Amino acid sequence: MISVNRYKCGYCGACVSVCPVGAIELIETWIEISDDCTECGTCARVCPIGAIEVLK
Amino acid sequence: MRDLRKGLPDRRNRGFKMKAKYDVVVVGAGPAGAITAKTAAEGGLDVLMIEKRQEIGDPVRCAEGVAKPQLKKHIEPDERWISAEVKGSRIIAPDGTAVELLEDISGAEVGYVLERKVFDRVLADEAALAGADVRVKTRATGVIIEDGFVKGITATHLGEEFEIRADIVIGADGIESKIGRWAGIDTTLAASEIASGAQFLVTDIEIDCDRCEFYLGSCVAPTGYLWVFPKGVRSANVGLAISEDIRDSGNRPITLLRKFVEAHYPNGKIIEIVVGGVPVSGPLDRMVADGLILVGDAAHQSDPLTGGGIINAMDAGKIAGEVAVRAIAEDDVSKARLQEYETIWRAQFGKKLERSLAVKNRFVEMSDKDLNKLVHTVDDIDFSTVDLPGLLVKIIHRNPKMLFSLRKLFM
Repeated sequence: MISVNRYKCGYCGACVSVCPVGAIELIETWIEISDDCTECGTCARVCPIGAIEVLK
Repeated sequence: MRDLRKGLPDRRNRGFKMKAKYDVVVVGAGPAGAITAKTAAEGGLDVLMIEKRQEIGDPVRCAEGVAKPQLKKHIEPDERWISAEVKGSRIIAPDGTAVELLEDISGAEVGYVLERKVFDRVLADEAALAGADVRVKTRATGVIIEDGFVKGITATHLGEEFEIRADIVIGADGIESKIGRWAGIDTTLAASEIASGAQFLVTDIEIDCDRCEFYLGSCVAPTGYLWVFPKGVRSANVGLAISEDIRDSGNRPITLLRKFVEAHYPNGKIIEIVVGGVPVSGPLDRMVADGLILVGDAAHQSDPLTGGGIINAMDAGKIAGEVAVRAIAEDDVSKARLQEYETIWRAQFGKKLERSLAVKNRFVEMSDKDLNKLVHTVDDIDFSTVDLPGLLVKIIHRNPKMLFSLRKLFM
């Protein structure tokens, strides 16, 4: 699964824009990931601050 | 007594109320959304602009540099939202060679360094004064589609869900845009099509307060660049963005930035951290649908080479607002009618972004040796006599092998 570290996240929305299935949403100051997530990890690669991890 | 509202749309008693139906609903209150809303309201339309954040202009996700002449087309410069005025740029090659560019040729990314928190609010205020309704802490959760046409949005405010109907929905919802996707336009960026960046506002440091600095090289910002934009006499936005898929844990923007700031400004104090992503893909293939227009970062209109997007967003907003006024007057909000927006936009900016994309695609492949060589070849050019395209032509002439793929675009 995808884990977003809320203490690191700068809620910039970069991850939202690259999600191929539209599973990520930026709500005001936090990120929500829906069940549509395929764990492709693209969001983790583009995160400027390293707040996203794919946990296998 | 003179009625100050004369000639303006009736907006009495509308502070907290919202209509169930508007001519235009604008999603997102950044520069693209605010200019669209203002233009549409000035054209006599009933406009609502919503912003999901509780404060317009915050958090900032921007290096805040804009070119003076392009900005002045939209708004009279005001010291309330200008942090610094810059007269030129300095480009620093990987080997430390520095080249100075004067204001008129260094192009789109110098002029003013803004205070976006204030600037965005002023633009939203102008939209409101033109007659637009504004709602903050209000997030779009979907679009209403009927007979293939976008007919409005669903939104949420303080836990309350509601529908807002509109003839035209404007998606000005930034890099994380959902409006386009909901309406059937694929706005997904590939990892290589987004530059992700980090920035510190560093204070109590020695800087040139009228120069923007750009550092190139694999140690500082591989496949991107690092900027130092003055924010005052002793403070600057120091940030970097990287654009290709090399963002393993060692190459995170935040890690690279920390390394640079520790080395260059060891005694500086960081009073703000900014992170963000910028589309460097070139514009969307399609920016309109039946009842829908996308503007700004939501339409990937930022410059792929520089990452600059404020002016592009404002220009697009102006066109979108004007087209919305005409389309609604003609009672035709079909994709074919709204296509006028895209046609005008592409005629004005398409070529420029196409060039920027080609240069960027070549730039990200360059080694430090290539970059050093490039900067050295412009060392002796008399900058007072060339503009930016002229400079690029000279650079290409002097580096024909390295830049062969760009020849057709500039010559």
